[in-house]
Amino acid sequence: MDQQTLNSLKPGQRAVIKALHAQGLERRRLMDLGLLPGTVVMAELVSPLGDPTAYLVRGTLVALRQEQSRRIAIEPVLEEER
Amino acid sequence: MNETIPVSTALPKEACASCALARNARLIKLGVEIEGWDYLVALAGNPNTGKSTVFNALTGLRQHTGNWPGKTVTRAEGGFLYEGRRYKLVDLPGTYSLLSTSVDEEVARDFILFGQPTVTVVVVDATRLERNLNLVLQILEITDRVVVCLNLIDEAERHGLKIDERALARSLGVPVIPTVARKGQGVPELLAAISDVASGAYVTRPHRIRSLDPQVTRTVDRLAAEIEATFPGLPNTRWVAMRLLEGDERIAEAIRRRELGDLSRGERVEPVQERLALEAAR
Repeated sequence: MDQQTLNSLKPGQRAVIKALHAQGLERRRLMDLGLLPGTVVMAELVSPLGDPTAYLVRGTLVALRQEQSRRIAIEPVLEEER
Repeated sequence: MNETIPVSTALPKEACASCALARNARLIKLGVEIEGWDYLVALAGNPNTGKSTVFNALTGLRQHTGNWPGKTVTRAEGGFLYEGRRYKLVDLPGTYSLLSTSVDEEVARDFILFGQPTVTVVVVDATRLERNLNLVLQILEITDRVVVCLNLIDEAERHGLKIDERALARSLGVPVIPTVARKGQGVPELLAAISDVASGAYVTRPHRIRSLDPQVTRTVDRLAAEIEATFPGLPNTRWVAMRLLEGDERIAEAIRRRELGDLSRGERVEPVQERLALEAAR
């Protein structure tokens, strides 16, 4: 099974972060914004051109560019699991 | 669950004379008169948690407040007199972290790390506690003298959140004061806590992470000693050493350009402002 990344999440969908494939300061920045393995995120707002996208992370909206969100491996949360 | 645990280790003998409400009567807001201060207090916190509102409540100043992040890009300073001591208060730009920083966040980071405040007050948003505790823990790693100001407690209650601030104070090892700074609620208690931590009447026991690998510890110690030799008197050399080992380019650059020593003397405010202007022009 191919690992899904955050950029493929559609508005309203939820997912659990599995891994961060970013390195160095960028990785640190994502973690400081609350994006850690195990965190539940929801895609909330997509800008007209689809980039950046705002995600709901621990009660705050965080906007990420595709180049960042495609480095974040996720596992979608299926609606019936909630 | 309902047991009462005394938070302060310095319980007063005469309750009335030293209760927070009576002590608040001894607050004199000094505005911008900040000559000859006894204690230096830094106001830190995530963006948009009400730092500037707390600043105004304590100094009587009207530093611009607003409900958007990134409003305070450089630090603002003010003063107050409390129980005969003069305090200089520095309002810092909001920051999520001491580790990965944008240019305006660097102002806050540099001051907390190298400005040597007597007390660092971390203002946290009670409705987003989980996110805010990241910075609190990072600050507890580098300084003992911390007071957590649990702000926006009214909004938290409106959202149905109830925060056990005593348990939080116990876990963090520093005073946690619930406030609604906008209405002045909790300000007397906040002042009392700042004063107690500044004077040493309240001895904090900050939560620290202690699971460092022995080899890392040795390397950090060796590097810290070299940094200390190059920049005599620089505080938090171990923190600088860890950033270097992590490959933090900005810190490495500051060392190459010999700027680190200036940080502790607060001489780098100008360059940061220039760089902000440069970034804005881009």
